[in-house]
Amino acid sequence: MTVSVASAVERTAAVEAAVQPVLAVKNIEVIYNHVILVLRGVSLEVPQGKIVALLGGNGAGKSTTLKSISTLLGSERGAVTKGSIEFRGQRTDQLTPGELVGMGLVQVMEGRHCFGHLTAEENLITGAYARSISRSQLREELDRIYAYFPRLKVRRSSLAGYTSGGEQQMIAIGRAMMAKPNMLLLDEPSMGLAPQIVAEIFEIVRDLNQKEGVSILLAEQNTNVALKFADYGYILESGRIMMDGPAKALADNKDVKEFYLGMSSEGRKSFRDIKSYRRRKRWV
Amino acid sequence: MLDFWFFLEVLVGGLLSGTMYALVALGFVLIYKASSVFNFAQGAMVFFAVLSFVGFMELGLPFWAALPVTVGLMILVGMGTERFVLRPLVNQSEDTLLMATIGLAFVIEGVAQLAWGVDVRRLDLGIRDEPINWVMDKTGMLVSQLDVTAAAVAGIMVAALALLFSHTKVGRGLRAVADDHAAALSIGIPLKHIWMLVWATAGVVALVAGMLWGARSGVQFALVWVALKALPVLIIGGFTSVPGVILAGLIVGAVEKLGEVFIGPFFGGGIEGWAPYMLAVLFLLIRPEGLFGEKIIRRV
Ligand SMILES: Nc1ncnc2c1ncn2[C@@H]1O[C@H](COP(=O)(O)OP(=O)(O)OP(=O)(O)O)[C@@H](O)[C@H]1O
Ligand SMILES: [Mg+2]
Repeated sequence: MTVSVASAVERTAAVEAAVQPVLAVKNIEVIYNHVILVLRGVSLEVPQGKIVALLGGNGAGKSTTLKSISTLLGSERGAVTKGSIEFRGQRTDQLTPGELVGMGLVQVMEGRHCFGHLTAEENLITGAYARSISRSQLREELDRIYAYFPRLKVRRSSLAGYTSGGEQQMIAIGRAMMAKPNMLLLDEPSMGLAPQIVAEIFEIVRDLNQKEGVSILLAEQNTNVALKFADYGYILESGRIMMDGPAKALADNKDVKEFYLGMSSEGRKSFRDIKSYRRRKRWV
Repeated sequence: MLDFWFFLEVLVGGLLSGTMYALVALGFVLIYKASSVFNFAQGAMVFFAVLSFVGFMELGLPFWAALPVTVGLMILVGMGTERFVLRPLVNQSEDTLLMATIGLAFVIEGVAQLAWGVDVRRLDLGIRDEPINWVMDKTGMLVSQLDVTAAAVAGIMVAALALLFSHTKVGRGLRAVADDHAAALSIGIPLKHIWMLVWATAGVVALVAGMLWGARSGVQFALVWVALKALPVLIIGGFTSVPGVILAGLIVGAVEKLGEVFIGPFFGGGIEGWAPYMLAVLFLLIRPEGLFGEKIIRRV
């Protein structure tokens, strides 16, 4: 009897999860400083337990989308002026980033943002700041994170500021995982890292997704890698979603190949294009 | 010939008063580290704190009751400042915040005098500003009891804060906030609690500093200017470094007294007032980040 009840509960939970995405962004518009319109009606969904990629070039609005979701936008003089965002069925517009962390939504910001003068381990510990857990529980949690990031265990007493870029990215993700999130927002984890390190980090992210069941919204310029690891993708351009679909379909799409994977009928985009692109990023 | 014992006496006197500069500077550093605000009102808080303490004693409270009451009051003042002055200005420029604390300084000074009057008061901590006998017998040096006690209290205060920062959860949170506000926010460290804690701590530090200074030179409006003494200490030590300002406090204290006694006569005296500023200017020229001014760790 009890078994069947339990499975019925499980079944309804499963149905609910299938119907209701863990995150739903509905037609949002974002304005910075009251005048700069950056997002013009962005909608996207992240189903429970999936990895969804948000792709696009410089200034497309990826970070802005993530910050709207985590409400970190507020401290940058930005505001969601239209549309709504729901996390686990609850509107987030009146919530603070801290409250959302409590509900299980954590953003890993672009550029890693480790606490440079804290050790790697202290950085991880701060991730559990908002949770009230005992010392021994904290130890267990740390070990759980070290199991995913063995490198961090080796580097645990180094100041985060002196660790490598890849290690800093791991610290940032590990720190977010210490909050025991339901969902992670990852902003360009591949930024400035060698392809090998990028692959290592994405493998870990997939591991976290599969073993911890954490849903992931991943903002990336590195379309190639992101589509390899994601289930679904959205392509953002000038604050609008231009295209979306299952990751495999996007990766095979002719236009995506041409514009985002640097491949076209004439072969790769010329190096010069890419260079001027970089230069622009530095000065703007 | 330079008398060794006399030199040492002057040096010790300087170092001892230096600990108190360090204590005042520490109040600034705490707030600056956590919220990038240069708290112009720190001097006013020192004045307000000790004036209130003396005021409570005049109302008939014994020392051991007046102390916790004033501590409580300063915690309230610190938290209130954070809540009603700085939090509404969050995300504003550092200049705006500085202006706000300048305004705050006048308000606190005004309230202090309204509440407690403008008379100069004595604060008797039961310790005389007299030489310690056995030191005098052994070495001939005149080392004030009051100075030694004050230095010890300042030292304990600093050590307690250092422990708080390195070994407690809030301490870790505070260092995280000092390093990167946005990141702290993103993982749910409650910035507001941390800021309140910092302002409350600065309030208590102000009280201790005020009591030590007040016991020496009377409780009077001039205490507000103690904060100006802290300025060269901050420049030399670096605005964000706790060990830096402690060392800088000692240096400033020593330079001031040694300069006054040994170099002063060549200029007709009065060097004590400006020697620290000269030193600070020198530092600005050769080492603008201060002694241990926090190295900005940046790896790309
Ligand atoms: N705080 C801000 N104030 C004003 N404009 C901003 C602010 N932050 C971002 N923008 C603008 O919003 C647009 C989108 O920026 P966003 O950072 O979201 O892009 P992105 O897709 O994350 O780009 P990147 O790949 O370079 O990180 C850009 O044109 C940018 O200049
Ligand atoms: Mg971005």
